[in-house]
Amino acid sequence: MSSMSEHASDLFAQAESSKNAKRIYTVSQITQDIKLVLENTFGEIWVEGEVSNFSASAAGHLYFSLKDDLAILAGVMFARASKDVKFKIENGLKIVCCGRIAVYGPRSQYQIIIERLEPKGIGSLQLALEQLKQRLEKEGLFAQEHKKPIPYLPARIGVVTSLQGAAVKDILKVLDRRFRDVEIIIIPVKVQGEGAKEEIAQAIKDFNGFNHGLALADRIEVLIVGRGGGSIEDLWAFNEEVVARAIYASKIPVISAVGHERDWTIADLVADVRAATPSVAAELVIPKKEDLQEAVYDVGVRLRRAFLDNTGRFAEAIDDALHRLGLGTQHLCALSAGRLDTLVKKLALLNPIAQIQQYQLKIMDMARQASVRIDHFLAMKDSQFTKAVERLAGLSPLNILSRGYSITFRMSAEEIVRDATQVSIGEKIKTRLHQGYLISQVTEVDRDGGD
Amino acid sequence: MAEIKFEEALKKLEKIVEDLEKGDLSLDEALKKYQEGIELSRSCAQKLESAKKKIELLGKNKKGEFELKPLDEEKLEE
Repeated sequence: MSSMSEHASDLFAQAESSKNAKRIYTVSQITQDIKLVLENTFGEIWVEGEVSNFSASAAGHLYFSLKDDLAILAGVMFARASKDVKFKIENGLKIVCCGRIAVYGPRSQYQIIIERLEPKGIGSLQLALEQLKQRLEKEGLFAQEHKKPIPYLPARIGVVTSLQGAAVKDILKVLDRRFRDVEIIIIPVKVQGEGAKEEIAQAIKDFNGFNHGLALADRIEVLIVGRGGGSIEDLWAFNEEVVARAIYASKIPVISAVGHERDWTIADLVADVRAATPSVAAELVIPKKEDLQEAVYDVGVRLRRAFLDNTGRFAEAIDDALHRLGLGTQHLCALSAGRLDTLVKKLALLNPIAQIQQYQLKIMDMARQASVRIDHFLAMKDSQFTKAVERLAGLSPLNILSRGYSITFRMSAEEIVRDATQVSIGEKIKTRLHQGYLISQVTEVDRDGGD
Repeated sequence: MAEIKFEEALKKLEKIVEDLEKGDLSLDEALKKYQEGIELSRSCAQKLESAKKKIELLGKNKKGEFELKPLDEEKLEE
């Protein structure tokens, strides 16, 4: 250190002696001269280096040094300039700064006052994007587990885009081509330039607020947030943190649809689904009519099958029930029949008709027996009678006549002559023989005669 | 029933089918559901043919309340 200062004073001494005017500066004067030399010599310069000792004041002024392997240069960026810096300055970052050299006398310091700065190697927007991406990723805004499923067949679709852009037309074209029974609700926003990011973020919040007051069935089920193609600067609003946070906070699932296939924005990373273009976004949520027809058909088939399965089950149950009922009935019938039989028998025993019948039978039996007896009796009587008649017949005088007897009647009086004195001599008598009559005249009467 | 939206009808229909597929319904309920399902599937098929498109703008009125206004598509054609 001492040798170096000696060497320096030698040089100054030589310079002064050669100009032969010995001038002694005050500190202020020399500082003022240095300031003039430095500031006039360099003017606006570009310096590249690595950021170190970075700090930021509450007012937005940034203080840091630029360094390389051998030297270090203090720098400051005042708030009016730093507000335009898209990316975050941090230690170790290689940057290119545009500014001027300034000398700060009170501290014997020179530094660069930076007006603009760019990251070295890539564009500042790109760097800003990378930085925001890293930060939001660390916070979990892109986390897969936070992503909400996109509903199938949403009835209401919210769209956040500009009415002047291509996106809205593309979405409506898809609606025309596909299925129309979908309600599209648009909140028109600026999609680029001053205020775009705020409008986009607010529109996402508004859709969520609007939903809050609606019945479940009327709610907006999905949001499409996006715009048609443009330069990276045109799409920049969709890389802004405020938009990313609004998408992240949305209760309604968000489909991002920014620019073209090749454009990836932070909105795309936060969104629940990224669609390459607004048309693709619309196609994701507006189904094809044919697909729906097929779905309706399929569900109809399922309906019939499920119904048949159900009724089949019932049919089985009915069959089973009928079967069991049948068995039951049979069993019941058999049981009843048995019981009925017993009852009938019992009843029959108790029935007076049966008793009467029994008596009838008895009577009939008795009658029959009686009749048999009577018949027998009658038959017996009959034969007795016949015998009697025969005997009687034997007793008939006529039968006696056949044995040679005869009967004599008085002719005059028709009286049987049993006593000789009944007749007189000369009287005519009639004699009945077995065969025929005899008429005779009495010639003699013997009263005492006999055999 | 007339104003039911397609997706609502289809969701209802799917719910009915699921209920039927679970198969723990009474015969009466199964019949009722089936009938309702058939009606819904008819109305779905009809909706597919006759749906009208509806596009609206969501904004806020002076009181700061949300308001839906129909969008005139002609305006988009510039």
